[in-house]
Amino acid sequence: MTSAERYVTAAYLVVLAVVLAYLVIYAFKLSRLEREVGELAELARRKRDAPPEPEPEPKREEVAG
Amino acid sequence: MSTSLRNSRAVALAAAAAGLLLLGISLAFYWVPDAPIEGFRQRIFYIHVPIALTAYACFFWAAWKALRLLWTRDERYDLESYTAVHMGVIFGILTLVTGSIWARTSWGVWWTWSERQLVLFLVLFLFYSAYFMLRFSVEPGPRRARMSAVYALFGVVLIPVSFLAIRLAEGLIHPVVFDRDVGENLAGSQLLTFVICLAGTLALAGSLYLNELTGKRLDARLSELREALS
Amino acid sequence: MRYLADVGTLAAKDLRLELRSRDTVPAMLLFVVATLVVFNFALPAGASAEAAYGLLWAALVFTAILGLTRAFAAEREQRVLDGLVLAPSDRSAIWLGKAIAVVAFLALAEVVALPAFALFFQPVSWELVAAVALATVGFAVVGTLLAAMAAASRARELLLPLLFLPLVIPIVVGGVGASIADDPGRYLGFLALYDLIFAILSWASFEYVVTE
Repeated sequence: MTSAERYVTAAYLVVLAVVLAYLVIYAFKLSRLEREVGELAELARRKRDAPPEPEPEPKREEVAG
Repeated sequence: MSTSLRNSRAVALAAAAAGLLLLGISLAFYWVPDAPIEGFRQRIFYIHVPIALTAYACFFWAAWKALRLLWTRDERYDLESYTAVHMGVIFGILTLVTGSIWARTSWGVWWTWSERQLVLFLVLFLFYSAYFMLRFSVEPGPRRARMSAVYALFGVVLIPVSFLAIRLAEGLIHPVVFDRDVGENLAGSQLLTFVICLAGTLALAGSLYLNELTGKRLDARLSELREALS
Repeated sequence: MRYLADVGTLAAKDLRLELRSRDTVPAMLLFVVATLVVFNFALPAGASAEAAYGLLWAALVFTAILGLTRAFAAEREQRVLDGLVLAPSDRSAIWLGKAIAVVAFLALAEVVALPAFALFFQPVSWELVAAVALATVGFAVVGTLLAAMAAASRARELLLPLLFLPLVIPIVVGGVGASIADDPGRYLGFLALYDLIFAILSWASFEYVVTE
């Protein structure tokens, strides 16, 4: 491979490298997003299944007043 | 816009990028003849110049979105402008690197101040890097969105002004002038290959842009959801 | 002409403040002279005359940054900027008033810097003075807007040079060109063009930078 061919190929490879690096960074980001969605789903589930709030006691006041 | 439509647009763009780039690069290596003076090394042209033009396109896109933000006060455009600047910087760095490699193979130096395109991109790289500094040191909100938009507009005005300045600086500051025969008329095959590569890199930038934008939007909605649930 | 009256009032306020406190301009004067002296030691013995002119412009850029860093300092410390923004005048009047004050401060520094330069290094031609005048307008016009941005950030003094330097590269080219080229007129014309374009842009967009 001549010197010129080496440099030309290097230039194209750099572009490929950057695009592939972007893919890797993206994979990390997507896995983080997946994890967050899982956490939020868990949070939502817990809220839905949580026991209802105990009723406050309104009658007591009326009796006293 | 329904989700399915948005998805198919993104997929189509990514497919177009893949196809066009594959075709273009193959043509650049196998089909196009050697340049008369520069020889084989001229083939860097088919990736370097499309990437440079794509970077400009990203900066102009960012400025357009910035203008829309200032006009409509719709904060949706802030994220779009920011992502476009990010893409522009990535492609700008690629321009500098491929340009440097080309300079090395043409003239034996990794950098030269007499290559206008390279110098312009260096100035723009400095400018748009400061964009990120600005964003990271201001509290998120409508004010930061507006400041970023104004800065993006300044950037796009800086492009022609800097270019003019660099041309004026030429005879003045750096006596050594390297010449390159890109001004020559492109033969039919070369022009076609160039156009295909250009379309491919634009599609690639658009594809990465949509990807990143979706990611950022998801981030924002997830924080909203988190706040709503806790 | 209410607008111009507002501009005048704002500029006069800044000038009066500086007259009373005398902190920014003396610092700029001292800084530019000190920088020129440092440059004498930075230039090797056989350096050309042109190199000295280049360093003059570098000194002017950094002095401008010094002055601009202080531009909104007073307002920031007393939250006066919020009050000004709420005032019924056009926000761009704030920019114009401030820019005029900055031009005045820079001009005072240059009145000392140019003779010092002529004494230490090279003669100063009328084209150079014209270039410095045009460049001062350019620095003020762009720098005032950027200083307002930096004032709203956490990084402040760190941010302003980063924002300022790339944008003023054309001014440096124009200035150095007018100093050493055979046809300085071209460079002076370029400086004037720069000033016009960025003055309009800054004037139009200042409002978006300062309002909440």
